[in-house]
Amino acid sequence: MSLDMNLNTIANRNPGKLGAWRAVFRLRLICCIQYRIPALAGVVTQLFWGIVSLLLYQAFYESCPTAAPMTFSELVNYIWVQQAFFALINIWCMEPELSGQIISGDIAYELCRPQNIFALWFSKMLASRLAATLLRALPVIGVALLLPAPYGMTFHGDGWTMLLFIVALSLAALLNTAIIMLAMALMFFAPTPAVFSAVAIVGDFLSGLIVPLPLLPDALQRIAYILPFRYGADLPFRIFTGNIAGCDAISGIGLQLLWLVLLVSAGKKVYQIALRKMVLQGG
Amino acid sequence: MIKVQDLRKSFKVAKRKAGVAAAVASLFRREYEEIHALKGVSFTVTPGEIVGYIGPNGAGKSTTIKTMCGILTPDSGECVINGFVPWRERQRYVRNIGVVFGQRMQLWWDVPVIDSFELLREIYRVDCREFKNTLTLLIDSLNIASLLNTPLRQLSLGQRMRCELAASLLHSPDVLFLDEPTIGLDAVSKIAVRDFITMINRERQVTVVLTTHDMNDVEALTDRIILIGKGEILYDGGLTNLRSRYTLNKTMTLDYDTTQSVQPDVHGVSWLEWTAGRAVAEIDVRKTQVSKVIAQLSECLEIRDITVDSMPVEQIIVKLYEEHRI
Repeated sequence: MSLDMNLNTIANRNPGKLGAWRAVFRLRLICCIQYRIPALAGVVTQLFWGIVSLLLYQAFYESCPTAAPMTFSELVNYIWVQQAFFALINIWCMEPELSGQIISGDIAYELCRPQNIFALWFSKMLASRLAATLLRALPVIGVALLLPAPYGMTFHGDGWTMLLFIVALSLAALLNTAIIMLAMALMFFAPTPAVFSAVAIVGDFLSGLIVPLPLLPDALQRIAYILPFRYGADLPFRIFTGNIAGCDAISGIGLQLLWLVLLVSAGKKVYQIALRKMVLQGG
Repeated sequence: MIKVQDLRKSFKVAKRKAGVAAAVASLFRREYEEIHALKGVSFTVTPGEIVGYIGPNGAGKSTTIKTMCGILTPDSGECVINGFVPWRERQRYVRNIGVVFGQRMQLWWDVPVIDSFELLREIYRVDCREFKNTLTLLIDSLNIASLLNTPLRQLSLGQRMRCELAASLLHSPDVLFLDEPTIGLDAVSKIAVRDFITMINRERQVTVVLTTHDMNDVEALTDRIILIGKGEILYDGGLTNLRSRYTLNKTMTLDYDTTQSVQPDVHGVSWLEWTAGRAVAEIDVRKTQVSKVIAQLSECLEIRDITVDSMPVEQIIVKLYEEHRI
């Protein structure tokens, strides 16, 4: 009975342009949901990290309250948005299913599909990030809203701010996926996760995912503002907290778009070259 | 139609001696060795044919298959399949081929098989009705109905391989490449896989190129073999042909009544073993006929049982390897 049911549900879905993407997303979501413990552990990690860093920053703020480049309430919101959407925009968590294929050679199967590998992997990675975020973001935001002041998350902005935040966050998710795709491409040339880690840790730091960028020393800030990493985290967070608003926010989103186009085209080219030179051993 | 002409491919492999000192040295200076995986491979396969592509480990079988699938770009040479050059027009070309790598996985590990099939349907953009028909055929012939709702990780190797085969045929390809599809399978699963390949070839005229180390696979599926060794084609032709070229001797095993103790002298027969009640002999078929030998022997011996074997294909292949020093 269940087989017929399966066949019928499949028959009712027509393949469309987004069909493959939707199917990947569905599979990823199933994978994420069926393992409850990792999902729960993810939420706990995010909450723990958020609370600990807030307590730490509070100590700094209390020792020198006037020198801070952002208010404590802005910082609190920055940290909670960061933790809620961590799964969506982090850049040190590479997709093991995909990088594993480069190392093991299972990429052979992907190359037998009538699809561009860059596009296929990009959507696979984005899908798994979205799926993981769906499970984590809401519980983290829920708890953060319930926390007592000054640790609780608050939103002071208007609908316009929210809209800008959503646009910036979506672009950030795409941008960081493009960055990871490029970092992962390094593994075609040196098949070890170490090369990836090197890029990832630098990127993570310069994006504001570890320490909020306004709290970094000036010299480091200047470097961070030149590089693309901050558009994948710092910008949407600060739009949310109200630290960046109006024209600055809009020009920031413009630069985000520019970097996205640049990095995606670079990624496509790199994958093309890598696949042409690829060597597949064994089996 | 598959046409492969003078295909060449070499790899650069880092060479290093054993030991820590050599490892440290290689941090600074690498030595590379060039390995010629394919040294001018040519053959053609007509539509609807099944070809066994065989050779020892490291002969270049998988390299050829991967090149024909569009995965690897050769250094030189031509290959046209269904009117496409695989590595040049990969995306359009692979729509009409199916591939199984026996040592790799294409289905998702954590989700039920049917969900992976669904993803493949979306990737190949297979029409719903057509998909349903193909899937029904595959489910029936591979007997996988009860496996579809099980996550892949809970299936045995044999069950998994049947699902992998189905996955490679969901988009009804004209050409099927099977790279060691029976590796690690038990006898029952092997036979199921073979029967299925025969069926799909007969029913849908799918052209099959198959690599394997199990000569029983080849014998059960086809007469045409292509033998490759050290990157060169050593033999391309019928298995029967090959057999008649190499099996000039047949082995005969006799069980007889122990009253007779002297070896009978029969023309064209040399005795390999002669113990009380059991004898093994080699018959040279150029000098005599098997039936004649049996007739002569039954006159002087009380024969209880008799078996005559030709040289197994495996041995012929080993002989070929020896001949070509591979």
